[in-house]
Amino acid sequence: MSKTEQDLLNLPKKKFNYMNLVWLIVIVGGLFVSINETNTHLSVLFANFSQFTDIFVQMCHPDWSYSSTVIPLLLETIKMAILGTVIGSVVAFIYSLLIARNIVKNKAVTGVLRVIMNIIRTIPDLLLGAIFVAIVGIGPVAGILALSVFTFGVVVKLFYEAIETIDPGPIEALTAVGANKLQVIHFAVLPQIMTYFISYVLYAFEINVRASTVLGYLGAGGIGLYLQQTLQVFSYDKTGTIIIFIIIAVVLIDYVSSKSREALMR
Amino acid sequence: MNTTYKLLPPKPKNTKKQVTTWLTVIVSIALIIWSCTGIDFGGIKATAGQIAGAIISGIFHPDWSYVYNGSGEDLVSQLWETLCIAFLGTFISAIISLPFAFWAAHTRHKKWYSSRSGKIVLAIIRSFPEIILALMFIKAVGPGSAAGVLALGFHSVGMLAKLFSEAIENLEEGPNEAVTSVGGSKVNVIMFSIMPNLMPALISNTLYRFDVSIRSASILGLVGAGGIGYPLIIALQYRQWNRVGIILLGIIVMVVIVDWISGQIRKRLV
Repeated sequence: MSKTEQDLLNLPKKKFNYMNLVWLIVIVGGLFVSINETNTHLSVLFANFSQFTDIFVQMCHPDWSYSSTVIPLLLETIKMAILGTVIGSVVAFIYSLLIARNIVKNKAVTGVLRVIMNIIRTIPDLLLGAIFVAIVGIGPVAGILALSVFTFGVVVKLFYEAIETIDPGPIEALTAVGANKLQVIHFAVLPQIMTYFISYVLYAFEINVRASTVLGYLGAGGIGLYLQQTLQVFSYDKTGTIIIFIIIAVVLIDYVSSKSREALMR
Repeated sequence: MNTTYKLLPPKPKNTKKQVTTWLTVIVSIALIIWSCTGIDFGGIKATAGQIAGAIISGIFHPDWSYVYNGSGEDLVSQLWETLCIAFLGTFISAIISLPFAFWAAHTRHKKWYSSRSGKIVLAIIRSFPEIILALMFIKAVGPGSAAGVLALGFHSVGMLAKLFSEAIENLEEGPNEAVTSVGGSKVNVIMFSIMPNLMPALISNTLYRFDVSIRSASILGLVGAGGIGYPLIIALQYRQWNRVGIILLGIIVMVVIVDWISGQIRKRLV
Protein backbone atom coordinates (compact mmCIF):
# COMPACT_ATOMS: atom_id res chain seq x y z
CA MET A 1 0.00 0.00 0.00
CA SER A 2 1.41 3.34 -0.96
CA LYS A 3 1.52 6.27 1.40
CA THR A 4 -1.36 8.14 -0.22
CA GLU A 5 -3.57 5.12 0.10
CA GLN A 6 -2.63 4.92 3.76
CA ASP A 7 -3.63 8.55 4.16
CA LEU A 8 -6.96 7.89 2.52
CA LEU A 9 -7.68 5.14 5.01
CA ASN A 10 -7.21 7.51 7.94
CA LEU A 11 -10.38 9.19 8.98
CA PRO A 12 -10.29 12.92 9.49
CA LYS A 13 -9.68 13.74 13.15
CA LYS A 14 -12.69 14.88 15.09
CA LYS A 15 -12.31 18.36 16.45
CA PHE A 16 -11.96 18.36 20.20
CA ASN A 17 -14.74 20.32 21.78
CA TYR A 18 -13.72 21.99 25.05
CA MET A 19 -17.32 22.57 26.04
CA ASN A 20 -17.83 18.82 26.33
CA LEU A 21 -15.00 18.62 28.85
CA VAL A 22 -16.52 21.49 30.81
CA TRP A 23 -19.88 19.75 30.91
CA LEU A 24 -18.27 16.52 32.02
CA ILE A 25 -16.53 18.32 34.89
CA VAL A 26 -19.77 20.07 35.86
CA ILE A 27 -21.71 16.82 35.92
CA VAL A 28 -19.10 14.78 37.78
CA GLY A 29 -18.54 17.64 40.24
CA GLY A 30 -22.27 18.01 40.76
CA LEU A 31 -22.51 14.29 41.35
CA PHE A 32 -19.88 14.36 44.09
CA VAL A 33 -21.30 17.45 45.72
CA SER A 34 -24.82 16.12 45.76
CA ILE A 35 -23.85 12.69 47.02
CA ASN A 36 -22.04 14.45 49.83
CA GLU A 37 -24.90 16.81 50.59
CA THR A 38 -27.67 14.22 50.55
CA ASN A 39 -25.65 11.46 52.25
CA THR A 40 -26.82 8.93 49.73
CA HIS A 41 -24.88 5.74 50.06
CA LEU A 42 -26.07 2.78 48.12
CA SER A 43 -24.59 0.53 50.79
CA VAL A 44 -27.28 1.71 53.21
CA LEU A 45 -29.94 0.84 50.69
CA PHE A 46 -28.57 -2.64 50.13
CA ALA A 47 -28.11 -3.18 53.86
CA ASN A 48 -31.75 -2.35 54.50
CA PHE A 49 -33.07 -3.63 51.24
CA SER A 50 -34.83 -6.49 52.98
CA GLN A 51 -37.07 -3.94 54.74
CA PHE A 52 -37.93 -2.32 51.47
CA THR A 53 -38.77 -5.62 49.81
CA ASP A 54 -40.66 -6.65 52.94
CA ILE A 55 -43.05 -3.73 52.54
CA PHE A 56 -43.26 -4.37 48.86
CA VAL A 57 -44.10 -8.05 49.31
CA GLN A 58 -46.80 -7.19 51.84
CA MET A 59 -48.24 -4.68 49.39
CA CYS A 60 -48.32 -7.38 46.75
CA HIS A 61 -50.70 -9.39 48.93
CA PRO A 62 -53.55 -6.91 48.88
CA ASP A 63 -56.53 -7.20 51.18
CA TRP A 64 -59.33 -7.46 48.66
CA SER A 65 -62.07 -7.14 51.27
CA TYR A 66 -60.91 -3.55 51.68
CA SER A 67 -61.89 -2.72 48.11
CA SER A 68 -65.49 -1.93 49.12
CA THR A 69 -64.08 0.98 51.14
CA VAL A 70 -61.60 2.00 48.48
CA ILE A 71 -63.92 2.36 45.47
CA PRO A 72 -66.20 5.12 46.84
CA LEU A 73 -63.12 6.99 48.02
CA LEU A 74 -61.54 6.67 44.62
CA LEU A 75 -64.70 8.06 43.03
CA GLU A 76 -64.58 11.02 45.40
CA THR A 77 -60.97 11.57 44.41
CA ILE A 78 -61.88 11.56 40.73
CA LYS A 79 -64.73 13.99 41.43
CA MET A 80 -62.21 16.32 43.04
CA ALA A 81 -59.98 16.03 40.00
CA ILE A 82 -62.87 16.81 37.63
CA LEU A 83 -64.00 19.85 39.61
CA GLY A 84 -60.48 21.14 39.95
CA THR A 85 -59.86 20.72 36.25
CA VAL A 86 -63.10 22.45 35.28
CA ILE A 87 -62.64 25.45 37.57
CA GLY A 88 -58.98 25.84 36.71
CA SER A 89 -59.45 25.57 32.97
CA VAL A 90 -62.39 28.01 32.84
CA VAL A 91 -60.23 30.63 34.56
CA ALA A 92 -57.28 29.67 32.34
CA PHE A 93 -59.41 30.11 29.22
CA ILE A 94 -60.23 33.73 29.99
CA TYR A 95 -56.76 34.48 31.30
CA SER A 96 -55.03 33.13 28.19
CA LEU A 97 -57.11 35.39 25.97
CA LEU A 98 -55.95 38.30 28.11
CA ILE A 99 -52.24 37.49 27.82
CA ALA A 100 -52.07 36.55 24.14
CA ARG A 101 -50.23 39.37 22.39
CA ASN A 102 -52.23 39.00 19.17
CA ILE A 103 -55.50 39.72 20.99
CA VAL A 104 -54.57 42.20 23.69
CA LYS A 105 -52.17 44.66 22.13
CA ASN A 106 -51.28 46.46 25.35
CA LYS A 107 -47.79 45.17 26.26
CA ALA A 108 -47.97 46.43 29.85
CA VAL A 109 -51.14 44.44 30.62
CA THR A 110 -49.90 41.20 29.07
CA GLY A 111 -46.48 41.62 30.67
CA VAL A 112 -47.78 42.01 34.21
CA LEU A 113 -50.33 39.22 33.83
CA ARG A 114 -47.63 36.94 32.45
CA VAL A 115 -45.34 37.51 35.40
CA ILE A 116 -48.20 36.59 37.75
CA MET A 117 -48.90 33.47 35.70
CA ASN A 118 -45.26 32.41 35.74
CA ILE A 119 -45.08 32.79 39.50
CA ILE A 120 -48.22 30.66 39.99
CA ARG A 121 -46.82 28.03 37.64
CA THR A 122 -43.69 27.48 39.72
CA ILE A 123 -45.50 26.23 42.84
CA PRO A 124 -45.81 22.42 42.81
CA ASP A 125 -49.23 20.81 43.20
CA LEU A 126 -48.78 19.24 46.61
CA LEU A 127 -47.31 22.44 48.00
CA LEU A 128 -50.48 24.19 46.88
CA GLY A 129 -52.38 21.44 48.68
CA ALA A 130 -50.47 22.06 51.90
CA ILE A 131 -51.06 25.81 51.66
CA PHE A 132 -54.78 25.46 50.94
CA VAL A 133 -55.21 23.01 53.82
CA ALA A 134 -53.71 25.68 56.04
CA ILE A 135 -56.07 28.27 54.59
CA VAL A 136 -59.48 26.58 54.29
CA GLY A 137 -58.96 23.65 56.63
CA ILE A 138 -58.93 19.90 56.13
CA GLY A 139 -61.34 18.61 53.48
CA PRO A 140 -61.93 18.18 49.77
CA VAL A 141 -62.40 21.92 49.21
CA ALA A 142 -58.70 22.47 49.86
CA GLY A 143 -57.90 19.78 47.31
CA ILE A 144 -60.22 21.23 44.69
CA LEU A 145 -58.76 24.70 45.15
CA ALA A 146 -55.20 23.38 44.94
CA LEU A 147 -56.00 21.43 41.78
CA SER A 148 -57.74 24.45 40.25
CA VAL A 149 -54.73 26.66 40.75
CA PHE A 150 -52.44 23.94 39.44
CA THR A 151 -54.63 23.29 36.37
CA PHE A 152 -54.67 26.99 35.72
CA GLY A 153 -50.88 26.99 35.60
CA VAL A 154 -50.69 24.04 33.24
CA VAL A 155 -53.43 25.06 30.82
CA VAL A 156 -52.73 28.78 30.63
CA LYS A 157 -49.14 28.31 29.45
CA LEU A 158 -49.99 25.82 26.71
CA PHE A 159 -53.14 27.62 25.63
CA TYR A 160 -51.79 31.14 25.26
CA GLU A 161 -48.90 29.80 23.21
CA ALA A 162 -51.44 28.06 20.97
CA ILE A 163 -53.42 31.29 20.62
CA GLU A 164 -50.31 33.21 19.60
CA THR A 165 -49.55 30.79 16.78
CA ILE A 166 -52.95 31.01 15.07
CA ASP A 167 -53.39 32.26 11.54
CA PRO A 168 -53.87 36.07 11.70
CA GLY A 169 -55.89 36.11 8.45
CA PRO A 170 -59.37 35.52 9.90
CA ILE A 171 -58.77 38.11 12.63
CA GLU A 172 -57.83 40.74 10.05
CA ALA A 173 -60.80 39.78 7.87
CA LEU A 174 -63.25 40.18 10.73
CA THR A 175 -61.66 43.43 11.89
CA ALA A 176 -61.90 44.71 8.31
CA VAL A 177 -65.67 44.13 8.18
CA GLY A 178 -66.07 45.95 11.49
CA ALA A 179 -66.36 43.21 14.09
CA ASN A 180 -65.78 44.12 17.72
CA LYS A 181 -63.31 42.30 20.00
CA LEU A 182 -65.82 39.70 21.23
CA GLN A 183 -66.94 38.88 17.71
CA VAL A 184 -63.34 38.52 16.58
CA ILE A 185 -62.67 36.11 19.44
CA HIS A 186 -65.88 34.18 18.77
CA PHE A 187 -65.62 33.82 15.00
CA ALA A 188 -61.88 34.04 14.27
CA VAL A 189 -59.96 32.87 17.32
CA LEU A 190 -62.09 30.18 18.95
CA PRO A 191 -62.71 27.99 15.89
CA GLN A 192 -58.96 27.76 15.39
CA ILE A 193 -58.02 26.79 18.95
CA MET A 194 -60.95 24.99 20.54
CA THR A 195 -59.53 21.53 19.83
CA TYR A 196 -56.20 22.54 21.36
CA PHE A 197 -57.96 23.83 24.43
CA ILE A 198 -59.89 20.59 24.95
CA SER A 199 -56.76 18.56 24.45
CA TYR A 200 -54.84 20.64 27.02
CA VAL A 201 -57.70 20.32 29.50
CA LEU A 202 -57.64 16.54 29.10
CA TYR A 203 -53.89 16.59 29.61
CA ALA A 204 -54.29 18.64 32.79
CA PHE A 205 -56.99 16.22 33.92
CA GLU A 206 -54.56 13.31 33.61
CA ILE A 207 -52.05 15.12 35.83
CA ASN A 208 -54.79 16.06 38.27
CA VAL A 209 -55.98 12.49 38.72
CA ARG A 210 -52.45 11.52 39.70
CA ALA A 211 -52.05 14.47 42.01
CA SER A 212 -55.47 14.10 43.64
CA THR A 213 -54.69 10.58 44.81
CA VAL A 214 -51.93 11.84 47.09
CA LEU A 215 -53.40 15.22 48.04
CA GLY A 216 -55.35 13.52 50.83
CA TYR A 217 -52.07 12.67 52.46
CA LEU A 218 -51.83 16.31 53.47
CA GLY A 219 -55.49 16.42 54.46
CA ALA A 220 -56.87 17.81 51.23
CA GLY A 221 -59.57 15.17 50.72
CA GLY A 222 -59.80 12.00 48.72
CA ILE A 223 -58.17 8.64 48.98
CA GLY A 224 -54.81 9.92 50.17
CA LEU A 225 -56.03 10.24 53.74
CA TYR A 226 -56.57 6.47 53.92
CA LEU A 227 -53.20 5.94 52.32
CA GLN A 228 -51.69 7.78 55.24
CA GLN A 229 -53.79 6.02 57.87
CA THR A 230 -53.05 2.52 56.60
CA LEU A 231 -49.36 3.34 56.36
CA GLN A 232 -49.32 4.66 59.90
CA VAL A 233 -50.74 1.46 61.37
CA PHE A 234 -48.41 -0.59 59.15
CA SER A 235 -51.26 -2.46 57.43
CA TYR A 236 -49.44 -2.61 54.14
CA ASP A 237 -51.92 -5.09 52.65
CA LYS A 238 -54.58 -2.36 52.74
CA THR A 239 -52.12 0.19 51.36
CA GLY A 240 -51.43 -2.28 48.58
CA THR A 241 -55.14 -2.48 47.75
CA ILE A 242 -55.38 1.30 47.58
CA ILE A 243 -52.29 1.59 45.39
CA ILE A 244 -53.50 -1.09 42.99
CA PHE A 245 -56.83 0.68 42.58
CA ILE A 246 -55.07 4.02 42.10
CA ILE A 247 -52.81 2.52 39.42
CA ILE A 248 -55.76 0.92 37.60
CA ALA A 249 -57.74 4.17 37.67
CA VAL A 250 -54.80 6.31 36.56
CA VAL A 251 -53.79 3.98 33.73
CA LEU A 252 -57.41 3.70 32.52
CA ILE A 253 -58.01 7.46 32.59
CA ASP A 254 -54.65 8.09 30.92
CA TYR A 255 -55.52 5.65 28.16
CA VAL A 256 -59.00 7.04 27.51
CA SER A 257 -57.79 10.62 27.64
CA SER A 258 -54.78 10.11 25.38
CA LYS A 259 -56.94 8.23 22.85
CA SER A 260 -59.50 11.03 22.81
CA ARG A 261 -56.72 13.58 22.46
CA GLU A 262 -55.42 11.70 19.43
CA ALA A 263 -58.95 11.57 17.99
CA LEU A 264 -59.35 15.32 18.55
CA MET A 265 -56.14 16.24 16.81
CA ARG A 266 -56.89 14.16 13.75
CA MET B 1 -82.35 47.93 -2.30
CA ASN B 2 -81.80 44.44 -3.42
CA THR B 3 -81.64 42.28 -0.29
CA THR B 4 -80.43 39.12 -1.97
CA TYR B 5 -76.84 40.24 -1.59
CA LYS B 6 -77.26 40.49 2.16
CA LEU B 7 -78.23 36.84 2.59
CA LEU B 8 -75.27 34.74 3.52
CA PRO B 9 -75.04 31.21 2.20
CA PRO B 10 -76.06 28.69 4.88
CA LYS B 11 -73.35 26.93 6.81
CA PRO B 12 -72.63 23.43 5.52
CA LYS B 13 -74.18 20.87 7.85
CA ASN B 14 -72.45 17.74 9.05
CA THR B 15 -75.01 15.79 11.06
CA LYS B 16 -72.67 13.09 12.31
CA LYS B 17 -70.19 15.63 13.60
CA GLN B 18 -72.94 17.67 15.26
CA VAL B 19 -74.32 14.61 17.03
CA THR B 20 -70.92 13.61 18.40
CA THR B 21 -70.24 17.18 19.52
CA TRP B 22 -73.54 17.39 21.37
CA LEU B 23 -73.06 13.96 22.91
CA THR B 24 -69.63 14.97 24.22
CA VAL B 25 -71.03 18.19 25.63
CA ILE B 26 -73.90 16.38 27.37
CA VAL B 27 -71.60 13.71 28.80
CA SER B 28 -69.14 16.31 30.08
CA ILE B 29 -71.89 18.35 31.73
CA ALA B 30 -73.32 15.19 33.30
CA LEU B 31 -69.85 14.33 34.62
CA ILE B 32 -69.41 17.80 36.09
CA ILE B 33 -72.82 17.68 37.78
CA TRP B 34 -72.05 14.20 39.10
CA SER B 35 -68.81 15.45 40.60
CA CYS B 36 -70.60 18.22 42.45
CA THR B 37 -72.77 15.66 44.23
CA GLY B 38 -71.55 14.08 47.40
CA ILE B 39 -68.63 16.39 47.98
CA ASP B 40 -68.61 18.01 51.35
CA PHE B 41 -68.33 21.68 50.52
CA GLY B 42 -68.82 22.69 54.13
CA GLY B 43 -66.08 22.75 56.67
CA ILE B 44 -64.33 25.82 55.35
CA LYS B 45 -62.70 27.50 58.25
CA ALA B 46 -64.21 30.85 59.15
CA THR B 47 -60.71 32.29 59.31
CA ALA B 48 -59.91 31.28 55.72
CA GLY B 49 -59.80 34.82 54.37
CA GLN B 50 -57.74 36.01 57.30
CA ILE B 51 -55.15 33.23 56.86
CA ALA B 52 -54.94 33.75 53.11
CA GLY B 53 -54.31 37.43 53.81
CA ALA B 54 -51.67 36.50 56.39
CA ILE B 55 -49.86 34.26 53.91
CA ILE B 56 -49.93 36.92 51.21
CA SER B 57 -48.69 39.57 53.61
CA GLY B 58 -46.07 37.04 54.70
CA ILE B 59 -44.87 36.85 51.11
CA PHE B 60 -44.51 40.62 51.03
CA HIS B 61 -42.98 40.81 54.51
CA PRO B 62 -40.77 37.76 54.52
CA ASP B 63 -38.67 36.67 57.47
CA TRP B 64 -35.30 37.77 56.08
CA SER B 65 -33.38 36.50 59.09
CA TYR B 66 -34.17 32.97 57.96
CA VAL B 67 -32.37 33.32 54.62
CA TYR B 68 -28.92 32.53 55.94
CA ASN B 69 -27.77 32.04 59.52
CA GLY B 70 -25.05 29.45 59.10
CA SER B 71 -26.81 26.75 61.12
CA GLY B 72 -27.49 24.51 58.15
CA GLU B 73 -31.23 24.79 58.88
CA ASP B 74 -31.64 28.04 56.96
CA LEU B 75 -33.31 28.69 53.63
CA VAL B 76 -30.22 28.69 51.44
CA SER B 77 -28.87 25.39 52.70
CA GLN B 78 -32.31 23.76 52.51
CA LEU B 79 -32.75 24.95 48.94
CA TRP B 80 -29.26 23.70 48.12
CA GLU B 81 -30.21 20.32 49.57
CA THR B 82 -33.37 20.29 47.43
CA LEU B 83 -31.31 21.08 44.37
CA CYS B 84 -28.88 18.27 45.16
CA ILE B 85 -31.73 15.79 45.68
CA ALA B 86 -33.17 16.72 42.30
CA PHE B 87 -29.78 16.52 40.57
CA LEU B 88 -28.83 13.14 41.96
CA GLY B 89 -32.35 11.75 41.51
CA THR B 90 -32.43 12.82 37.88
CA PHE B 91 -28.96 11.40 37.28
CA ILE B 92 -29.90 8.01 38.72
CA SER B 93 -33.14 7.89 36.80
CA ALA B 94 -31.46 8.86 33.52
CA ILE B 95 -29.14 5.88 33.86
CA ILE B 96 -31.92 3.46 34.80
CA SER B 97 -34.13 4.84 32.04
CA LEU B 98 -31.82 3.96 29.13
CA PRO B 99 -32.35 0.18 29.13
CA PHE B 100 -36.06 0.67 29.85
CA ALA B 101 -36.30 3.05 26.91
CA PHE B 102 -34.76 0.56 24.50
CA TRP B 103 -37.14 -2.06 25.85
CA ALA B 104 -40.23 0.09 25.39
CA ALA B 105 -39.29 1.70 22.07
CA HIS B 106 -41.38 0.41 19.22
CA THR B 107 -38.90 -0.08 16.39
CA ARG B 108 -39.04 -2.16 13.26
CA HIS B 109 -36.85 -5.00 14.47
CA LYS B 110 -38.90 -5.96 17.46
CA LYS B 111 -41.94 -8.05 18.14
CA TRP B 112 -44.94 -5.93 19.11
CA TYR B 113 -45.38 -7.61 22.50
CA SER B 114 -41.89 -6.72 23.69
CA SER B 115 -42.37 -2.99 23.29
CA ARG B 116 -45.97 -3.15 24.48
CA SER B 117 -44.99 -4.90 27.70
CA GLY B 118 -42.28 -2.29 28.28
CA LYS B 119 -44.82 0.50 27.83
CA ILE B 120 -47.18 -1.08 30.35
CA VAL B 121 -44.40 -1.44 32.92
CA LEU B 122 -43.48 2.23 32.44
CA ALA B 123 -47.12 3.27 32.84
CA ILE B 124 -47.30 1.39 36.14
CA ILE B 125 -44.08 2.98 37.39
CA ARG B 126 -45.42 6.39 36.43
CA SER B 127 -48.71 5.82 38.26
CA PHE B 128 -47.11 4.61 41.48
CA PRO B 129 -47.44 7.65 43.75
CA GLU B 130 -44.10 9.31 44.39
CA ILE B 131 -44.93 10.08 48.00
CA ILE B 132 -45.62 6.41 48.77
CA LEU B 133 -42.32 5.48 47.17
CA ALA B 134 -40.63 8.07 49.36
CA LEU B 135 -42.30 6.61 52.45
CA MET B 136 -41.14 3.12 51.51
CA PHE B 137 -37.58 4.35 51.07
CA ILE B 138 -37.79 6.19 54.38
CA LYS B 139 -38.52 2.83 55.99
CA ALA B 140 -35.49 1.40 54.21
CA VAL B 141 -32.81 4.09 54.59
CA GLY B 142 -34.27 6.25 57.34
CA PRO B 143 -35.74 9.76 57.05
CA GLY B 144 -33.57 12.24 55.21
CA SER B 145 -32.59 13.33 51.77
CA ALA B 146 -31.28 9.90 50.73
CA ALA B 147 -34.85 8.58 50.73
CA GLY B 148 -35.87 11.54 48.58
CA VAL B 149 -33.08 10.89 46.11
CA LEU B 150 -34.01 7.23 45.73
CA ALA B 151 -37.74 7.95 45.45
CA LEU B 152 -37.11 10.56 42.76
CA GLY B 153 -34.62 8.33 40.98
CA PHE B 154 -37.05 5.45 40.69
CA HIS B 155 -40.21 7.45 40.08
CA SER B 156 -38.71 9.56 37.28
CA VAL B 157 -37.90 6.43 35.31
CA GLY B 158 -41.55 6.10 34.31
CA MET B 159 -41.66 9.44 32.54
CA LEU B 160 -38.05 9.76 31.43
CA ALA B 161 -37.92 6.32 29.83
CA LYS B 162 -41.14 7.11 28.00
CA LEU B 163 -39.65 10.31 26.59
CA PHE B 164 -36.41 8.49 25.72
CA SER B 165 -38.27 5.69 23.95
CA GLU B 166 -40.18 8.24 21.90
CA ALA B 167 -36.84 9.78 20.91
CA ILE B 168 -35.56 6.36 19.89
CA GLU B 169 -38.69 5.74 17.83
CA ASN B 170 -38.12 9.01 15.99
CA LEU B 171 -34.57 8.10 14.98
CA GLU B 172 -33.95 7.68 11.29
CA GLU B 173 -32.70 4.41 9.89
CA GLY B 174 -30.33 6.04 7.39
CA PRO B 175 -27.20 6.53 9.53
CA ASN B 176 -27.54 3.00 10.96
CA GLU B 177 -27.65 1.54 7.47
CA ALA B 178 -24.71 3.68 6.42
CA VAL B 179 -22.57 2.36 9.27
CA THR B 180 -23.68 -1.22 8.56
CA SER B 181 -22.98 -0.88 4.86
CA VAL B 182 -19.34 0.14 5.42
CA GLY B 183 -18.90 -2.91 7.61
CA GLY B 184 -19.69 -1.65 11.07
CA SER B 185 -20.68 -4.10 13.77
CA LYS B 186 -23.71 -3.73 16.03
CA VAL B 187 -21.52 -1.98 18.61
CA ASN B 188 -20.26 0.39 15.90
CA VAL B 189 -23.85 1.16 14.93
CA ILE B 190 -24.70 2.09 18.51
CA MET B 191 -21.43 4.05 18.98
CA PHE B 192 -21.37 6.02 15.75
CA SER B 193 -24.97 6.26 14.65
CA ILE B 194 -27.51 5.75 17.40
CA MET B 195 -25.79 7.50 20.32
CA PRO B 196 -24.69 10.69 18.49
CA ASN B 197 -28.14 11.10 16.97
CA LEU B 198 -29.88 10.34 20.22
CA MET B 199 -27.73 12.47 22.52
CA PRO B 200 -29.42 15.88 22.03
CA ALA B 201 -32.86 14.39 22.70
CA LEU B 202 -31.59 12.53 25.75
CA ILE B 203 -29.95 15.61 27.24
CA SER B 204 -32.91 17.82 26.52
CA ASN B 205 -35.38 15.34 28.03
CA THR B 206 -33.18 14.86 31.08
CA LEU B 207 -32.99 18.61 31.58
CA TYR B 208 -36.75 18.83 31.28
CA ARG B 209 -37.11 16.10 33.85
CA PHE B 210 -34.69 18.01 36.09
CA ASP B 211 -37.13 20.93 36.03
CA VAL B 212 -39.91 18.61 37.12
CA SER B 213 -37.68 16.95 39.72
CA ILE B 214 -36.93 20.30 41.36
CA ARG B 215 -40.63 20.73 41.98
CA SER B 216 -40.98 17.15 43.21
CA ALA B 217 -37.98 17.48 45.48
CA SER B 218 -39.53 20.49 47.17
CA ILE B 219 -42.63 18.39 47.86
CA LEU B 220 -40.90 15.28 49.19
CA GLY B 221 -39.91 17.08 52.36
CA LEU B 222 -43.59 17.19 53.31
CA VAL B 223 -43.33 13.50 54.23
CA GLY B 224 -39.82 13.78 55.71
CA ALA B 225 -37.67 12.87 52.73
CA GLY B 226 -35.38 15.88 52.93
CA GLY B 227 -35.38 19.24 51.24
CA ILE B 228 -37.29 22.46 51.65
CA GLY B 229 -40.72 20.84 52.11
CA TYR B 230 -40.11 19.95 55.74
CA PRO B 231 -39.44 23.47 57.08
CA LEU B 232 -42.41 24.65 55.03
CA ILE B 233 -44.87 22.23 56.60
CA ILE B 234 -43.49 23.04 60.05
CA ALA B 235 -43.92 26.76 59.42
CA LEU B 236 -47.48 26.16 58.17
CA GLN B 237 -48.33 24.13 61.27
CA TYR B 238 -46.88 26.71 63.65
CA ARG B 239 -48.55 29.54 61.73
CA GLN B 240 -45.29 31.42 61.11
CA TRP B 241 -46.63 33.16 58.03
CA ASN B 242 -43.53 35.28 57.49
CA ARG B 243 -41.43 32.16 57.33
CA VAL B 244 -43.94 30.53 54.96
CA GLY B 245 -43.59 33.64 52.83
CA ILE B 246 -39.81 33.50 52.62
CA ILE B 247 -39.81 29.74 51.89
CA LEU B 248 -42.36 30.17 49.10
CA LEU B 249 -40.30 33.05 47.69
CA GLY B 250 -37.19 30.89 47.86
CA ILE B 251 -38.86 28.01 46.02
CA ILE B 252 -40.24 30.34 43.36
CA VAL B 253 -36.86 31.99 42.79
CA MET B 254 -35.06 28.65 42.63
CA VAL B 255 -37.55 27.13 40.18
CA VAL B 256 -37.52 30.20 37.96
CA ILE B 257 -33.72 30.27 37.80
CA VAL B 258 -33.40 26.54 37.11
CA ASP B 259 -36.14 26.68 34.47
CA TRP B 260 -34.42 29.59 32.79
CA ILE B 261 -31.00 27.95 32.73
CA SER B 262 -32.28 24.63 31.47
CA GLY B 263 -34.45 26.41 28.90
CA GLN B 264 -31.37 28.24 27.59
CA ILE B 265 -29.36 25.02 27.34
CA ARG B 266 -32.21 23.21 25.62
CA LYS B 267 -32.55 26.05 23.13
CA ARG B 268 -28.85 25.69 22.23
CA LEU B 269 -29.24 21.95 21.77
CA VAL B 270 -32.08 22.07 19.29
